[in-house]
Amino acid sequence: MQKMAKKYYAFFTLPTMIAFVIAFLIPFILGIYLSFTKFTTVTNSQWVGLSNYIHAFTDDKNFLNAIIFTAKFALVSVVLINIFAFTLALLLTRTIKGTNIFRTVFFMPNLIGGIVLGYIWQLIINGILINFGVDITYSATYGFWGLVVLMNWQMVGYMMIIYIAGIQGISSELIEAAEIDGANSWQILKSITIPLVMPAVTICTFLTVTNSFKLFDQNLALTAGAPARSSSMIALDIFNTFYGSMGYEGVGQAKAVMFFLVVASIVLLQLRYSRSKETEI
Amino acid sequence: MTKKLFSLLSILLIAAFALAACATTDTAAPSAAEPAAADTGAETSTSGGEVYYLNFKPEVSEIYDEIAKAYKEETGVTLKVVTAASGTYEQTLKSEIAKSDAPVLFQINGPRGYANWADYCADLKDTELYQHLSDKTLAVTVGDGVYGIPYVVEGYGIIYNNAIMDKYFALDGAKATSTAEINNFATLKAVVEDMTAKKDELGIKGVFSSTSLKPGEDWRWQTHLANVPIFYEIRDNNLDIKDTEAFREIKFQYSDNFKNIFDLYINNSTVEPTLLGSKSVDDSMAEFALGQSAMVQNGNWAWGQISGVDGNVVQAEDVKFLPIYTGVSGEENQSISVGTENFFAINSQASPEKQKLAADFIYWLYSSDTGKAFVTNDLKFIAPFDTFTEEEKPTDPLAKSLLSYMSNTDLYNVAWDFVVFPSQTFKDNFGGALLQYAQGTMQWDDVKQLMIEQWKIEANK
Repeated sequence: MQKMAKKYYAFFTLPTMIAFVIAFLIPFILGIYLSFTKFTTVTNSQWVGLSNYIHAFTDDKNFLNAIIFTAKFALVSVVLINIFAFTLALLLTRTIKGTNIFRTVFFMPNLIGGIVLGYIWQLIINGILINFGVDITYSATYGFWGLVVLMNWQMVGYMMIIYIAGIQGISSELIEAAEIDGANSWQILKSITIPLVMPAVTICTFLTVTNSFKLFDQNLALTAGAPARSSSMIALDIFNTFYGSMGYEGVGQAKAVMFFLVVASIVLLQLRYSRSKETEI
Repeated sequence: MTKKLFSLLSILLIAAFALAACATTDTAAPSAAEPAAADTGAETSTSGGEVYYLNFKPEVSEIYDEIAKAYKEETGVTLKVVTAASGTYEQTLKSEIAKSDAPVLFQINGPRGYANWADYCADLKDTELYQHLSDKTLAVTVGDGVYGIPYVVEGYGIIYNNAIMDKYFALDGAKATSTAEINNFATLKAVVEDMTAKKDELGIKGVFSSTSLKPGEDWRWQTHLANVPIFYEIRDNNLDIKDTEAFREIKFQYSDNFKNIFDLYINNSTVEPTLLGSKSVDDSMAEFALGQSAMVQNGNWAWGQISGVDGNVVQAEDVKFLPIYTGVSGEENQSISVGTENFFAINSQASPEKQKLAADFIYWLYSSDTGKAFVTNDLKFIAPFDTFTEEEKPTDPLAKSLLSYMSNTDLYNVAWDFVVFPSQTFKDNFGGALLQYAQGTMQWDDVKQLMIEQWKIEANK
């Protein structure tokens, strides 16, 4: 049986491989190729070498600004989301009444699409800012914190579920033993709970980092980059470059390739670091 | 081992995510770009052939469903109409035209659009529809070739509600006695500012509807309003809008005139200038329809929008156009702005049979009785073809006002020169600067500078 499987593994993985090649590998390679060309439609392209990559930085500061804005945003939202999600998970794994209801409530925002959320939060934030005679497009700072709030609201519930699963996976014997040894609840949290939920932390930081970098629809719906592109994130900037001026599709594509490289390397570093913190029992 | 597997998996995952992000910008774009896709006649067979039309005007997409039905009945040819959502025509076209089943009939917005799509524009010199074009100079031509046929004539200006204006003229100390007296910027400004002072008596929130500067909703200013100073610049320097080289750079020499009217709009509006960044065109038109404002800058296509607002209080006979005065000398003879940015183009890379079918369809639409009825009564287009008689014109109030301006030969038209604006990015950046100006975070000189620089950058890309 084992031998059979070895003999035919290529055959059995074929459907998946085909799907992978069509839906992932070909677009990926085509995408990289197109970043070195000038094209209007993907079937009609001319090789231009590195000029797209140069244009991405030399034409205007939009791309650089977007990278900085996105990096700041990712940093702030990764920290805040994980702190909130972990706190909520701790609270909701205690035996208090209605935990299931609370879990559902906190998870709900995750089920709403980003565009809808963006518009709803735009209304809410403008409703507050109108008292000061301005709106969210007035300054990039408003847009930034608006995005942070929105992202937290949307992601905290999801991360909370992962943390809850992690916390529930900790065997109660360990905690009991610690209590008998006289550990207080802070010591239990610090020395038992946190080290043991590190795998969940790895997953959650991974998800929040990637999601923060890739944020597009929330950004589009909330500020669309206003004022004057200063609140646009990388994905939105790529989109605007691609569709904004004729003949600049290649530059947009070059930005997308760089974007991929940046995100991939950041996530690799993050994974390596938080994996090293994990303890196994 | 599992760790390695996990990190490998994770890398693949982000790769997939990141690629999904860039993939939407290359191969998979249609999914994002086809929200308003109205795929008519998909269920019917394609025995008589098929014409695939990529429609630019979302407001008439439903009417094309009817047209497709009628056309199928009369000729057996299936008309497939896909409508691009507002502001996404170029991107939808980009992704659709790369497909094997590409649009055969599409539209370009003038010489600049032709420059972008030259590889795809067939020569339409021999089509029947072109023979019937009343004014051949309107078409997009290069040398002997005809690459775009205009299919509708439109006009925009300041739309006003005469009921409110009459109420104002009846007040003591009104700065004018009728709208006929408003024939330059000075008078317009005096009247508007006096109306703002008396807005409570008039029962309005502001003279002008909100100047919608939300990103994506600012085309009335960065395109239509900006056309006025550019028109005068072109007139002063005798430029030819078909000459792309002449527009590598502009001076924006009438920027003060733009500022005049723009200041008037934002300072006499229903909302504070600092709140304009969240206002859409719909908000603006709704304010006008509900009688909260007396004037709004828009075109004759807006009537459907005004009359469609729930609780609309504006009477059809009260709605008229006023030219956009900006303080240029001699503007007493300025008319509203009439022109077109809608030109039919036929995909030269489609098979000759398909091209023929497309040419037949547009000829049918603008020459047969059924087609003409649709054009006049449903699409409400003022058609620039001699197949239409004097009676076959749309009868909505704005179209009527537009036609009366067109027939007034004492006035000179402000041509639609914005078709030479370099790109969407230019327009968006200029719109963004206007918003910052309205919010008070940018000085006018910087706005002017940005407009000139952005034009130069985008026109030389």
